[in-house]
Formats: sequence, C-alpha cells, structure tokens
Amino acid sequence: MSAAQRVGYTGAMAADPATRSIRVAHLYPDVMNVYGDRGNVIALRYRCEARGIGFELAEVNVGDPFDPAAFDLVLIGGGQDREQRRIAGDLVAKGPDIRAAIDRGMAALAVCGGFQLFASRYVDHDGGVIPGIGVFDAETRHPGPLADRCIGDVVLMTGLGEVVGFENHGGRTYLGPRQAPFGTVRRGFGNNGEDGGEGAIYRNAYGTYLHGSVLPKNPALADALILAALRHRYGREIELAPLADDAEQAAHQAAAHVAERRSRAAGSPHIAGNH
Amino acid sequence: MLSLRPTEQVKARVAVAVMAGKGAAVASRLLGRGGGTALPGLVAERVDGTIVRDLGRQLGRGSVLVTGTNGKTTTSRILARALQEARIASLHNREGSNLMRGIASELIARAGPFGRIPAAAETLGLFETDEATLPAAAASLAPRAIAFTNLFRDQLDRYGEVDTVAALWRDALALTPKDATLVLNADDPSVAELADGWAGPIHWFGLDDPAFATEQVGAVDARWCRTCGGSFAYSRRYFAHAGWWRCTGCGRARAETETTATDIRLELERATFRVSGVGEVTMPLTGLYNVSNALAAVALAKILELPAAAVVAGLAGVRPAFGRQELVELEGRRLRLMLCKNPAGANQVFRLLAAIDPGPGLNVAVLLNDRFADGRDVSWIWDVDYEIVKDRLAACWASGDRVEDMALRLRYAGWPSPEAVKGPAALLDAVLAATHAGNDVFLVPTYTALLDLRAELARRGAVREFWKND
Repeated sequence: MSAAQRVGYTGAMAADPATRSIRVAHLYPDVMNVYGDRGNVIALRYRCEARGIGFELAEVNVGDPFDPAAFDLVLIGGGQDREQRRIAGDLVAKGPDIRAAIDRGMAALAVCGGFQLFASRYVDHDGGVIPGIGVFDAETRHPGPLADRCIGDVVLMTGLGEVVGFENHGGRTYLGPRQAPFGTVRRGFGNNGEDGGEGAIYRNAYGTYLHGSVLPKNPALADALILAALRHRYGREIELAPLADDAEQAAHQAAAHVAERRSRAAGSPHIAGNH
Repeated sequence: MLSLRPTEQVKARVAVAVMAGKGAAVASRLLGRGGGTALPGLVAERVDGTIVRDLGRQLGRGSVLVTGTNGKTTTSRILARALQEARIASLHNREGSNLMRGIASELIARAGPFGRIPAAAETLGLFETDEATLPAAAASLAPRAIAFTNLFRDQLDRYGEVDTVAALWRDALALTPKDATLVLNADDPSVAELADGWAGPIHWFGLDDPAFATEQVGAVDARWCRTCGGSFAYSRRYFAHAGWWRCTGCGRARAETETTATDIRLELERATFRVSGVGEVTMPLTGLYNVSNALAAVALAKILELPAAAVVAGLAGVRPAFGRQELVELEGRRLRLMLCKNPAGANQVFRLLAAIDPGPGLNVAVLLNDRFADGRDVSWIWDVDYEIVKDRLAACWASGDRVEDMALRLRYAGWPSPEAVKGPAALLDAVLAATHAGNDVFLVPTYTALLDLRAELARRGAVREFWKND
C-alpha cells in the first residue's frame, strides 16, 4: 500500500470508527501452538471485538507467501524442538520481510520457541546452529539434555507494569549488549536464570518465554499490541475504549499469588523442573 | 548371624518388603489418609527395589499393561470385567495409581505375609501404567502384551514434550520380551510408529465409521512422519490427529485393523457398535474415545483368548471408572462427572456435550486445579474448544484452585456469565440453587479437583470414598 493510499484510507476510517480493524498474521498456527498459544489470538480477538474493532486473522503456514504490507500484527508461539526445526527454514526465508515490517512499526508477539526464532540464532548443545530472523539481538544456547528445563511460574516487572505467566524452556537466551529485555524477573528464571532479564523488546515487537496464555491475563500487553497495530494501520494514535477487565485482573492476581506461594514453598525464587 | 543362600535372601527381602507395605496400608487407613493406593508400594520399594519384579513374576498367566495419554483406566476396567466374566483370576492396580508404587501396592495387597501371592499360577496381572513409568514396568513385569491407547500432549511441565513420551515408549519396547504382542491404535499415527522395528506380533485396532469424520480437529500432536518427515493427509479425521491417515512422503499409512468398530451409535449413557469377531455390543459409556478404549480392551481379550460372550458381557457390565462419566445423584440432580486431564480429553468431552440433546439448556461446571497431578501449568485450557457449547448452556460455573483462570477462559469462549465459585462445597451449593430435581449437571474437573469434589459429595452422603469402590 502506498503512503497516499494509506492517508486516504485513514481519512475514511476516521469518519467511521466502527469499521476500524486490524490485520493479524498467525505464523505456523498448527505447529507453533504447544502451550496454549491460541489463547493469545482469542484474547486479541475478544478485546478488539469488545470495542467494535475488526479482527482479520490470517494463518500463515510453511510455503505460504507472506506479504509484509498486509499485516499490522504478527503472532508466533512455541513448538516442540523437532517441529520448530521444520519451520525454521521457512521463517528465515520470510525473515527480511518481517524485519522490515517491524522497522516500519508493525507489532509482533513471539512466545517461547517463536521468541528464540525471532532472535539471532539458536545453538544446540552439540554446536548445531539454527538461524533466527534477527528481530531481537539475542542468542539462545541449549545446555544439553541433562540440564534442567526452566519450568515454573513467572512474575515480571515491565514497562507495561507487572506481567505474569508460566515458562517451560530448555534453551537459555542471552541478549546482545544493546538489546533491551521485555522485563525484569521477580519470580522465575527468565531468559537464562542468571541475569534477571526476561524476553526482549524492539519497537512494537515483543519476545517472551511467557505462556499461560500470556495475553488474557495481561490485558495491558494485549492492548499495547492492539494500539500498535492500529497505529501501524491508520498512521496515528487511536484511543482504545477501556474494558472492565475484572476477570482479567482476577486471573492476573491469582497467577501472581500462585507464583509467590510456590516460590516461597520452594525456598528460592527458582523452581527447577525434573526433565 | 543369620546366613542365607541368595534365593532365601531374596525371599526374606520380599517378605520384609511386603510386611512393611501392608503395615503402611493399615497405618494409612487408621490415620484417615485414604486407602493407601500408593503408600504401601512406596514403603515396600524402599525395602526391596525389585518388589514389582519379585512379586509380578509369580503370576502364572503373566501380565498385560495398558498405557497411553487417555483411556488407560477405562480400557483396564473393561478388560477386568471381561476377565471376571470369563472367570479368570486377575489382579489390577487401582485407577489412577499407575506408577510403579501403585503397581507394587496392588501386588503387596494380594501377597501373603511371606511374599507369596495365593493361586499365583492361575492369576493374570492387568496393570494400567503411566506413560513415563512404562520402561520400568516393562522391564520388571516382562508383559505378554502392551496396549497403547493414544498419545496426546499432557501436562507438559511434568512429562515434557510429546516426542519425549514417544522416546520413552521406544525405550520400553527395547526392555519388553520379544514375543510380547503390541496392541496398537491404528488411528493414531504416533502410536502406529511403535510398530517400526518391532519384530514381534502386533494387534491393530481402530474405528471405521465415516459418520464420525469431522472438521473440528482441535489441537493436533502429530503432523509429520517419523520415518521420512512427510506430512500426514487424512481421508477421514475423527479428532485431533486420530483418523485414517497416510504419509504424503513415504506412503506409510494406517494399518488394516484386526479389531474394528463399525456402525457406532452414541447416546448420553451408552454406546452401541459392532466389533469384528465379537458382534454387536453395548456399553454404558459414551463418546467416540470410549469406543476406541473399548477396542483396546477387546484386542487384549482376544490375545488372552477370552470367549466372545465374556467380552460382550464385560462391555455391557463395565461400570464407569471413577469420574469418567460417573453418575452421582445429589438431591435429585443427576451429576455427571466427566474427568478431563488434558486438551485432547477435554475436547472430546465438549464434543460430546455439543452433540447430545441439550433439552432446555445444559448445566456445566468446569473445575480447574493446578496441583502436581493436574500439571502446574494451566495454559492447556486455551487449547480446549469450550466455544462449541456456548449456545447450549442454561447455567455455567467455573471452579477449582484456579477458578479465576477458568472463569476468564469461559468468558472468552463466549459462555454466558460463567459464575466463579472457588471450593467444591460452594460450587455444589451454587449448582443446587440454580437447578431443580431431575436436572442433569455436567461437572468437568481436573484430577485433583475430582478428588476434592468426590470428598465433598462423600461428606454429603452422595458417594462413597473411592478406595471403597470396586
């Protein structure tokens, strides 16, 4: 879409806000969906429709063309190791388009394995490298099959306030010197269990290990993505009508309490898994 | 100092372990800690690390194991009932108590004080086995047959990935006697892969009824052929990745089945279908998944050479397992307990609720706990298609330790004002307030939520404690 077309379109939208919509690409939904990642799509749709904002969802699978001008928001979840390898090549082919779109303000949420693939590279315990698409300057290393996975509840402090979720990952992610994390860890492991950082943020792209699913229980993050998507589509700030969010806040608080209770029971902020 | 020959040492060790285990069972009951379905085995295993081997190998008719993500308990119960009909002595572990300690507990309960199982030569062991316990159980019990019901994602924080479970099963097969029969669900490509490299006998079972093909697949946990990496195509899909599959790469495909269900009719309280080699059967369980479970039991019954009449009677006489479509009367309401432990199981229960006659509307409560046995990660509720019943509800509730997560999920699924009620007592009060005598109420709990609910129902005199059930 050219700039002129976009301006004209935006004007038409402003006259009739009820017909606003965002265009969302869900990458590899049938593969990268292990930890309830579908919940993020459900939450975005719910929060758009509750405000009369259209939610146009396209599923993008291996081999499908990806038009970076056609979307305001991309989502990618986590998969099993074996399956993640299957889509990595296809994602790398789409990588330059996705990166360029994010540079132009497209919003993105990359969770768990999707976060790893949106970063620079993934290094297996035997030294094998799976290239990522480099949205985030970060590298994930797998410490080997005998190392504990990072499994448990997470509470973060982020620029959007407190964020809660659950993590389950074998790889440890290390950010480049100028790469900002998404948040700092209050409870849980985060990127690597060492430096207190969790996830990564670049423009309107968020990478995180949190599922649970993350968006339903963290409406501030869901709304930040919707706002960025609207801004990308219409070229200006658009106000979001507030929602009651009582059920969302109750689920958020409950998850935060569970994280607190379990970390106290474990006697440390880290709850190690057994696999 | 007592000096014993090696075999006598073993006997002495087994005897001490059995005594210790039996003591633990008595203590557990006296302390009101329940029936002791795990503790005796745990104690005995401390004394004798090979107690399951030492006791299990006394069984003259050998052992059969049942494993898989879903359907272990139901399959085992159907077979146990058929064995009873055929008058074959058997012992089997209690529902849900399917780790090595649970298997050990059952063997200890049956053993005499000196570690001998009475009439062992005439007895068959039938053991429901946790997926991750299968290697240890196979190595200890040297089973004559293992039935694999299905493989779905389940409690990823506990078991790891589906691929991890598949790898454990292949490890188990390396420890299984080479002449054992594998009973495999042909409809599940992940289970079917176990046939690769197995030189011993295989008995395939599967569904053959085009009326149950669906587009509502839900979360799929098998997409690619392990042999060639090709993707699966389906000429008929029943649920998730189960159906008539074929690899588009190497052409490997669903096997011809020896035990097959056709002409399936599902009603709320029963399923009727034809089984090859048996004839028309009716069982007081419903849902396509239970027909599949029944086939696994029938296949095992055929391997054990049970008469067809015993199989028919076994299916007809099976009582729903603890919480699996179990019917409980409470002040005139018919409470139907539908245990759901993972997305695949839950999707099938909700598909059932979407198919039955809702009358003036369904009353449904979903109970979500997040204790160790449930999985501490509640993300899986977002993989369940609660949406498919949203227009058929009269009253609905969310409950359990994670009631807030459940209420949010149901609200986002479009359920009309799901009421959040934390504990089982408050939930039952809310259900009684909103329904009338004669109403059906579907209660859909996770495992420990079911235990809590049963405890409250027992307190109200509606059920007995589960360890007192047969």
